Amino acid sequence: MSGLEHYLSIFTKAVFIENIVLAYFLGLCSFLAISKNINASVGIGMAVVVVLTITAPINWVLWEFLLDKGALVWISEDFKDTDLGFLKLIVFISVIAAMVQLVEMFMERFSQSLYNSLGIFLPLIAVNCSILGGSLFMVEREYTIPETIVYGFGSGVGFFLAIVALASIRYRIRYSNIPPRLQGVGMAMLLTGLLSMAFMAFSGIDL
Amino acid sequence: MELFNSESKKIISDPINVNNPISLQVLGICSALAVTIRLDQAIIMTLAVIFVLCSSNVILSLIRDYIPARVRIVIMLSVIASLVSVVDELLKAYLYDMSKQLSVFVGLIITNCIIMGRAEAFALKNGPSKAFLDGLGNGFGYGLIIIIVSFFRELFGAGTITLPDGGAGYVLWSIPESWYAAGYENIGLLVLSPGAFIILGLVIWAQREMAGIEEEA
Repeated sequence: MSGLEHYLSIFTKAVFIENIVLAYFLGLCSFLAISKNINASVGIGMAVVVVLTITAPINWVLWEFLLDKGALVWISEDFKDTDLGFLKLIVFISVIAAMVQLVEMFMERFSQSLYNSLGIFLPLIAVNCSILGGSLFMVEREYTIPETIVYGFGSGVGFFLAIVALASIRYRIRYSNIPPRLQGVGMAMLLTGLLSMAFMAFSGIDL
Repeated sequence: MELFNSESKKIISDPINVNNPISLQVLGICSALAVTIRLDQAIIMTLAVIFVLCSSNVILSLIRDYIPARVRIVIMLSVIASLVSVVDELLKAYLYDMSKQLSVFVGLIITNCIIMGRAEAFALKNGPSKAFLDGLGNGFGYGLIIIIVSFFRELFGAGTITLPDGGAGYVLWSIPESWYAAGYENIGLLVLSPGAFIILGLVIWAQREMAGIEEEA
């Protein structure tokens, strides 16, 4: 498979076929809580795209040059058996928390309007499983750096699509007659099930 | 404080029933669904979550007077991340097949909102023994739901019931060949992700009917 096609295939896979919410169940907490409101959903969707695209490559660099088995040979040959892989979780989550903070500060300084619309969602994202999940999948699937960037961006777009779609459906059925104890989360889960079934139609597409 | 007076019983039983972390507080759904394809995965995941939840609650409750309020999130995250790393390494050492199957979802216990949520809402305000009971109760509440979901998904989706053992799992019961010969078929959809969402939606509905709780609009 040639270069561009390969990246396009990773991208479509991350957005549609292996959608991070609908196929891997990541980031569901904020997905369910925020999809009550369309504007907020667009906001958190965009914030997830930004943060995933930034953190996945940073974590890739750390994994490749610091944590993986034999990753420290660039310092000295003596470290070729050193395996710091067990520090993976702590390092990744700290990078994510720090990056979220940095992105927030950058936004506040350089784009007040963007900060006003996305600002309140950024702290929530630090504990969104889709971000940590993106980094962990990247390690597990042994992506290269360009693949990681494409994958991070694609997963973010997938989250964006899914949350905006669910928010729109929930908005649409506001006045429907749902059994009282199914309202809210229960109904949202059933809708997500249908949405996920719809996304399954994309599986089998191979670029 | 006596260990099993009515207050401690309430701390344990509330999250299992009327204040269930998954179906009523809506926390920790992220990892709850991915591990429900088979019963044995759900059981191991429950044990891992109970361990992390109890120990993080106790540790944070012990040091709660020394944590400055402004940096508490970072401190909570690092305690939780260390505990999850311990679980991850233990699984790799003793249950390697299982840790391969659970793949990234063990690591994702860190971002499981139940653990952060209980630390923030309970452990930082109460003593260690109460915090331990709270962790136990919420862990059981979480386990109850994901074990129910995985039971249905495995039984009707794949036609088996698997319990955890050292290796690839011990098949306790599977639907006999004669049933298939008579025309019975597995519901393949349940093994796929939409099945998980739909079953959990129905379980949440049933749980809320039983607990008699409605969500305010």
